[in-house]
Amino acid sequence: MSASVIIFYVLAAIIILGGVLSVTSRKIFRSAIYLLFSLIGIAGLYFYLDYEFIAAVQIVVYVGGIVVLLVFSIFLTHGSGEHMKQPNMWRALFSGLAALTGLILTLYIIGNQTFVSDNSTPMAPSVQNIGTQLVSVTSPGYSLPFELVSMLLLAALIGCIVIAIKPAKKADPKPLESNELRSRAENDTLTIENKTVA
Amino acid sequence: MNAIGLNQILFLSTILFFIGVYGFLTRRNMITMLMSVELLLNSVNLNFIAFNKYLFPGKLDGIFFSLFIITIAAAEAAVAIAIIINLYRNHKSIDIDEADVMKY
Repeated sequence: MSASVIIFYVLAAIIILGGVLSVTSRKIFRSAIYLLFSLIGIAGLYFYLDYEFIAAVQIVVYVGGIVVLLVFSIFLTHGSGEHMKQPNMWRALFSGLAALTGLILTLYIIGNQTFVSDNSTPMAPSVQNIGTQLVSVTSPGYSLPFELVSMLLLAALIGCIVIAIKPAKKADPKPLESNELRSRAENDTLTIENKTVA
Repeated sequence: MNAIGLNQILFLSTILFFIGVYGFLTRRNMITMLMSVELLLNSVNLNFIAFNKYLFPGKLDGIFFSLFIITIAAAEAAVAIAIIINLYRNHKSIDIDEADVMKY
């Protein structure tokens, strides 16, 4: 057994163990940390397959972005050390059964399938090739989905702000506040003038 | 030489996918359900990368699919967390069974 095979199985063990603990742990913060390990294992697998750019994106976006976002939302919505409710036994049983059935069926199909490679000359997944094709409008070009995704990101950004913003309180009497501010500002200028005079 | 073939990676991503499915069906907490969705999306990404690596090495299609999926997952997580925090502000709970009043 060569070293690369051992590395693959270690990465696979990290990914699967992290995933299982992430969906079964009853402390939500630990659940997020196990998810983090699983995602880092997947990034390691991308490095293993020589796709460095995707691995870097995985680490930056998932580990640096999404998990941090999840952790902050946990801080905002949960008390520390709180246990989550045990899942309903029947529900756990049937979901486990459904997942297991799907798993066995899919593994069986994949095991019987023979995949045929097109044996083309490999193109290096370098940042230069990816960047050139991403914004190209000629045949191997992805500028249309690129633009669509940029629109989607803009919409998500605006949507997040609109959803999460606190509604302004209508009870606040605005004119009084501005009057107060104005009188305060006048007082300030008065004191400043007094000082300059003195 | 690489002794790991396409099948091993597909097995791994299948197992990860159904772990995510199990989590999505059993969890009743919205943030942990979101975590399960992230696991599902990651296993799909792994599939795209593996197919690109082993079956179509002359193209970069799998990479672009993965990039777009990662982008959409980030946007989806951001919107979902905004909704969850807003829900928590109004209901003091993010349990999916208690969020049955679909009005403000």
